[in-house]
Amino acid sequence: MVKVPEFGREHTGLRKAGEGMTASEADAWFVREILPLEAALMQFLRHNWRDRGDVEDLRQEIYARVYGAAKKEIPQAPKAFLFTTARNLLINLSQKANVIPIDAMADLDALGIELDAPSPDRSVAARQELRRLQDALDQLPPRHREAIILGRIEGLSGREIAHRMGIAETTASQHLKLGMMALTEFYLRDTPRRRT
Amino acid sequence: MNALDIDQAAADWVQRRQFWNWSDDDQAALDVWLAESDRNRVAYLRQNAVWESAGRLVVLKPELEVPARARISPLLMRIAAGVLVAALGAGGIVYTMHPRAAVYSTDIGGRKTLQLADGSRIELNTNTLVSLSKEGDTRKVTLVRGEAYFHIHHDAAHPFVVVAGDYRVTDIGTEFVVRRAPERVEVGLIKGGVRFDAANVQGTPQSALLTPGDVVVADANSMKMSKKPIRDLMTELSWRRGMLVFKDTMLEEAAAQFNRYNREKIVLAGADIARLKINGSFQASSSELFARSVQDLFGLTVTHTGNELVISQ
Repeated sequence: MVKVPEFGREHTGLRKAGEGMTASEADAWFVREILPLEAALMQFLRHNWRDRGDVEDLRQEIYARVYGAAKKEIPQAPKAFLFTTARNLLINLSQKANVIPIDAMADLDALGIELDAPSPDRSVAARQELRRLQDALDQLPPRHREAIILGRIEGLSGREIAHRMGIAETTASQHLKLGMMALTEFYLRDTPRRRT
Repeated sequence: MNALDIDQAAADWVQRRQFWNWSDDDQAALDVWLAESDRNRVAYLRQNAVWESAGRLVVLKPELEVPARARISPLLMRIAAGVLVAALGAGGIVYTMHPRAAVYSTDIGGRKTLQLADGSRIELNTNTLVSLSKEGDTRKVTLVRGEAYFHIHHDAAHPFVVVAGDYRVTDIGTEFVVRRAPERVEVGLIKGGVRFDAANVQGTPQSALLTPGDVVVADANSMKMSKKPIRDLMTELSWRRGMLVFKDTMLEEAAAQFNRYNREKIVLAGADIARLKINGSFQASSSELFARSVQDLFGLTVTHTGNELVISQ
């Protein structure tokens, strides 16, 4: 069975330097080091790729490549590795399509991405996390939000959620799925909430 | 599949696994999907990670809440309060002397995750009762009975201790499991470090510092330390996803495990049967399914009698 680590859980460091990684170590690394960079990555992609419709696809491809590499060996500088992978992919695609991308692939530092910037202090991050989660939750459409609150906070089962909301189980399942997707997006991209 | 399809599929897997009946076949189908491409896998990791993280929204514990409380919207506060009341009304709840202690329990076969506002997580296994309280700056969990897995967000200013009768586990930044049986306590350390204190082993207090892989078993007469591969410790924690995993496990031990999770008890008729060895993963909640597998595997007979499943020749 595949073990999927949870957010923030750091797996035991049994690996010796230079050794191959197990899937679960790569999983944990990806969740810990790469996902928090999603907002910056999306900004980079939107800035450097003409077709907005492609960016989600690019993001997934970049994640898959970064993850594929991490399965062999964990990159030492995650942020630099992620953005180098992104840049190389964009350059490749541009060459294939025989077009010149907007910024002609300026140096990464010219794009304002600080590759050496230290990560924010973990405890500060933890405190901000709740706030960001709440912001993300508040931005969901009402029915999706309700399903997520009942499921994640009240701990109801799918059947109980359907019952409580007075909807079919398949509808509850849809609300949960779409609510979850939106929550992930709002949370990882840190979209600020407009406070009234 | 395009990007949106993959993200949707990933979110669907996460919610199905979390909210609806989840069989071994479902898990096998998910495993296949995950193995299909790294794109699938990262999409799943992404949805699942945020979902796990969202568990922090359960800000149930006022004294562990730190300053988060002020930031929680009134709606969330009402919901949180509602959950607390519901939990207190859910039966089998004991009020402790400590006015601010909160008590959480699971029934036989139950499981529950407590997500604390400080980022720590406690997962309760079957038939478990814990109370959470604060003693000065110390975050204190009392394990009254059962088994719990702790993933503790270390905070030097707010030490974290688990008390189980005469035994104390003090966290030094950690993932560990504590199991309390009537006469003894068992602690397994997965990550970080803990200090284990036994108040009374043959009349004297004893302590030990545990490093990952260490398992300590203590009762009134002895305190024994041993080392296990982390992988084995994780296998023993399969209950966190509702599974029991056996590797060359004697049927006697496997049956005892199932009996912790189910009201219908497995009874083995005969010492020969008890010594048979079994391998595989089983849903903890189904003694019946397990008994039937054993029946097929070894050509035995299973009979229902009242609240018992008797396995015999």
